[in-house]
Amino acid sequence: MRAPRDKFGRPVVVVTGMGVVTSLGTGKTENWAKLTAGESGIRTLTRFPIEGLKTTMAGTIDFIPVEPFTSVGLSQRLAELAIEEAIAQAGIGSKGDFPGPLFLAVPPVEIEWPQREELGRAVGTTDFSYDDLIKVSGGGRFVDYHHRFVMGSVADYISATFGTKGSPISLSTACASGATAIQLGVEAIRRGETDVALCAGTEASVNQEGLVRFSLLSALSTQNDPPQSASKPFSKNRDGFVMAEGSGALVLESYEAAVARGAPILGVIAGCGELTDSFHRTRSSPDGKPIIGCMLKTLVDAGMTPEQIDHINAHGTATPENDKMEYQTTSTVFGERVKQIPVTSNKSMVGHTISAAGAVEAVISLLTLEHQRIPPTINYEIPDPTIQFDVVGNKARDAKVTAVMSNSFGFGGQNASLILTREPA
Amino acid sequence: MPEPAEVWITGIGLASSLGEGLDSNWSALMDGRVNADEKTFAPYVVHPLAQINFDAQIPKKGDQRQMEAWQRIGTYAAGLALESAGVKNDKEILGRMDMVISAGGGERDIRVDTTVLNAKAKGNAPPGFLNERLMSDLRPTLFLAQLSNLLAGNIAIVHGVCGTSRTFMGEEAAGFDAARIALARIAAGQSDIALIGGAHNGERKDLLLLYEFGDYCLRDKFAPVWERKNNGGFAIGSTGAFLVIESKAHATARGAKPFARLSRVVSDRSHRRASGEITESLRKLWSSLGDIKDGSPILTGATGSEPVTSEERVFLGEHPDLPVRATGTRFGHNLDAQFALGLGLAALSISRGALFPPGDSSGVEIEMKGPPTQIVVVGTGHWRGEGMALVEAVS
Repeated sequence: MRAPRDKFGRPVVVVTGMGVVTSLGTGKTENWAKLTAGESGIRTLTRFPIEGLKTTMAGTIDFIPVEPFTSVGLSQRLAELAIEEAIAQAGIGSKGDFPGPLFLAVPPVEIEWPQREELGRAVGTTDFSYDDLIKVSGGGRFVDYHHRFVMGSVADYISATFGTKGSPISLSTACASGATAIQLGVEAIRRGETDVALCAGTEASVNQEGLVRFSLLSALSTQNDPPQSASKPFSKNRDGFVMAEGSGALVLESYEAAVARGAPILGVIAGCGELTDSFHRTRSSPDGKPIIGCMLKTLVDAGMTPEQIDHINAHGTATPENDKMEYQTTSTVFGERVKQIPVTSNKSMVGHTISAAGAVEAVISLLTLEHQRIPPTINYEIPDPTIQFDVVGNKARDAKVTAVMSNSFGFGGQNASLILTREPA
Repeated sequence: MPEPAEVWITGIGLASSLGEGLDSNWSALMDGRVNADEKTFAPYVVHPLAQINFDAQIPKKGDQRQMEAWQRIGTYAAGLALESAGVKNDKEILGRMDMVISAGGGERDIRVDTTVLNAKAKGNAPPGFLNERLMSDLRPTLFLAQLSNLLAGNIAIVHGVCGTSRTFMGEEAAGFDAARIALARIAAGQSDIALIGGAHNGERKDLLLLYEFGDYCLRDKFAPVWERKNNGGFAIGSTGAFLVIESKAHATARGAKPFARLSRVVSDRSHRRASGEITESLRKLWSSLGDIKDGSPILTGATGSEPVTSEERVFLGEHPDLPVRATGTRFGHNLDAQFALGLGLAALSISRGALFPPGDSSGVEIEMKGPPTQIVVVGTGHWRGEGMALVEAVS
């Protein structure tokens, strides 16, 4: 019998259920098979016209129908599927009655173009002002648009569907959001506020404006053909990230509560950390100190040393800047050992699921611990010689993995890291 | 579990339709002033931001240009809060200060939206039209001025608050949940000092559109929140409200004086399927606050939209001896920033030893004599979420 508390006297937080949806498919089984086979979920866009766009591919999820289609609606549906899978595995609560709070990482919401166009049609003329749009929006005809396009919409719906307790949290820390959702759950359990928490991230922002926004910031890969090889983390010829959709969900529980009810223990969230970069809105501080500090804080939180980490699930977006900074900072934290730690980027296959990435990659890290097999970084044909990671290139690798560090870095100086282990330390 | 740490409010920053800084907001409240504009966005009533010299807190014009108004208002008010707490430019403290921000999203480019929709309506838009217009007409960095977490990002860049940074979204609930979680972290020793708050710009047609979908916008004529029964709705406001909260031990060690203690923050989500659920939710939250002394004021962010405000009024009616003040009457409704505004005003009232006078003659807001030692802050979301906080004098 292991101690239910960690070396700092806090409740140990374990994972008892998880679910995932990505551009590769629905559920852990399908995703794991395709991830370890090195398949790509990136495809040429068919959801909307691509004329005039520099980037014409993404990790879209078109195999899950949503009617009427909205990005918010799809992000909700993806979260629902991942959460259903997680709760079923955890076997906790009963249908529509999850016995803990919800922490949901979601993309910021706004009215979308098809709905805006619907308002335009409702005006009924061909030369109108914004005031005319406002005039037709009241009177109850578009009341559903209010409920759909307020920021709290998805978390509210998920909370009602699964019966989570208390006020549901919708959060955004940009590309670190999924990790932050997990961190909030860990902290709540450590405070003793709850024995269990539902933490998830979801993303479905591949619409015209979503794509254009990142394109205007020169963040996206434009290597459109073939789409499957666009995402090239750690490669010399990488040129940006590939937008993608997906969701990851975890049921977190105190070790004590999980053992008491005989729940499956899939892994441990041993440590979480975050540190803000105040250098620039989209770029990291050139000295890398905030990212280094974030990883170090996470190690301290886990009560671990760098020597105990034997795999890194990198942020690895494949933007020229990110991968360079990630190597520079990781090598500072891990020293010479950085060349021996197997590193992989799930984004080479599933793309960058932005708000969901931290949660999706936590699920994949836990599957890596379970199977003792590391999914590859595909499209690793021309290694960047300045990035001397031991990249798990192109083919999955069997390895002894006891502790994974999973990193997430985002716009707005958001840095968050997690350390996941198989067994309580 | 060790005893929870006592948490103090040691800094308040306010920028609103009534003014900037604590003195100007306080004197406007004492004078009963309201700044509501019935004309610019007619038929909708809006509380515009008072004249503010952003340079005072955001010295670089380049930074100001990278922000939309909501971010400028918030970054400005955050700077005031840091100054008020005496930690402005204190790199050691700012480098480990935690941020929990409640934020909406940024303003759209109304001109681009209207141009695209008009072309579509004329039926002469080829398939790639939207792509081409967006690629050529959107300012490349506009996205960053719209992203919810970039209010926190700008506060980090401009003021150097760079411990941790979390942004909660979700209208009113984001406000009370941000305060609830920041407080819980400090009380449990997971954090020593935090900046909490939010910002809202009411002078935005895209927000009028969003809230008009649900007929939430106050029309034609300004009226105090409790006098809107036959013309329900809220007038969106322009407010940045931030607080520095920290453990008593941390404040004492650096010689900081408290405005007040933040004793409790609680929240819930009633389903709102049947009438009376909001009232019941508020009753439950009230009972979880502990002992509330007779005559303690209630500062509520009641929106004035129906039936929500009437349900809240049933709850308030059960405490007829408590002086109520609707912050929405004075400042308009500021969604994700309204709860932080309430907390700031509560702490300010306690520190000034008085409650500001009633804002109407509805009878809901009764006079209060003497200094308040406890104030309950209430937030009832226009669509979802109920929250409450207890702010107390430090004895």
